[in-house]
Amino acid sequence: MDIQLKRGLLDVCVLASIKSKDSYGYQIIKDLKPYIELSESTLYTILKRLETANMLTVRTAEHDGRLRKYYHITGAGLKRLEDFKGEWGEIMSIYRFVIREEDENE
Amino acid sequence: MNKQEFLAQLRCGLSGLPQDDIEERVIFYGEMIDDRMEEGVSEAEAVSAIGNVSDVISQILAETPLTRLVKEKIKPRRVPRPWEILLIILGFPVWFPLLIAAFAVVLAIYIVVWSVIVSLWAAEASLWAGVLCGIVSAAVFAVRRNGLTAVLMLSIVLCCAGLSVFLFFGCKAATKGILRLTKKAGLWVKSLFVGKEAA
Repeated sequence: MDIQLKRGLLDVCVLASIKSKDSYGYQIIKDLKPYIELSESTLYTILKRLETANMLTVRTAEHDGRLRKYYHITGAGLKRLEDFKGEWGEIMSIYRFVIREEDENE
Repeated sequence: MNKQEFLAQLRCGLSGLPQDDIEERVIFYGEMIDDRMEEGVSEAEAVSAIGNVSDVISQILAETPLTRLVKEKIKPRRVPRPWEILLIILGFPVWFPLLIAAFAVVLAIYIVVWSVIVSLWAAEASLWAGVLCGIVSAAVFAVRRNGLTAVLMLSIVLCCAGLSVFLFFGCKAATKGILRLTKKAGLWVKSLFVGKEAA
């Protein structure tokens, strides 16, 4: 996938992966793997950015005798996901426009 | 490589970043390795799944803004002594022009490199202009029943077209190469601000 397009989608994907329940770094990577490839350092940057934008909060909890960070979506994060649904309509209409152009050319 | 070695190398490689940031990243990667091992993967496999440590460091540097690295580098580790402040103020007429000159040199090199690329593309464009003009003049000569000159013109057209095809690939490769080089130079500049303390 085009890198610019991917960059725009990754934030939303990470937010979507913690929407129903809190999750941790490796679980997020595993959940997103079938849809989008994500490296650890990219995930770190995204989580930091979302935390700074108050779209998620972080808590540290004990797991199996060690500490693990869990990410929790905030109201702003949920709003971002809702906004994305609206934006998606626009993206789909652009997609249909592009496809129509291609069909006409064939 | 085991987890401790990976994290130690990561810490070394990032030593120009703010201390809190390094600790947070080390914890993050440590957790990633632990989570993989929890699934039954061996320690070495879990570490190799993260990737090569130098690649990880390069990626982190590429994602860290240069301004942040510079800010961390020039942040005083202690309160400067009065004589140090005095020296900086008195030395201003010397170090400031030198700093500006250094920036100017870097900028000039950058502009020169790109002007080579622009001139290559300009040569490519002029070859195509030659092709178009050649076709038009060959047609004009043919209409005026000057067959020999028309054939000569057409041969020039073919030469220009042939050269332009070669030059096009050259231009494309040169542009790509310069773009890659610019990216590498950016990373090199960033690397000047990190990892020095560990060396």
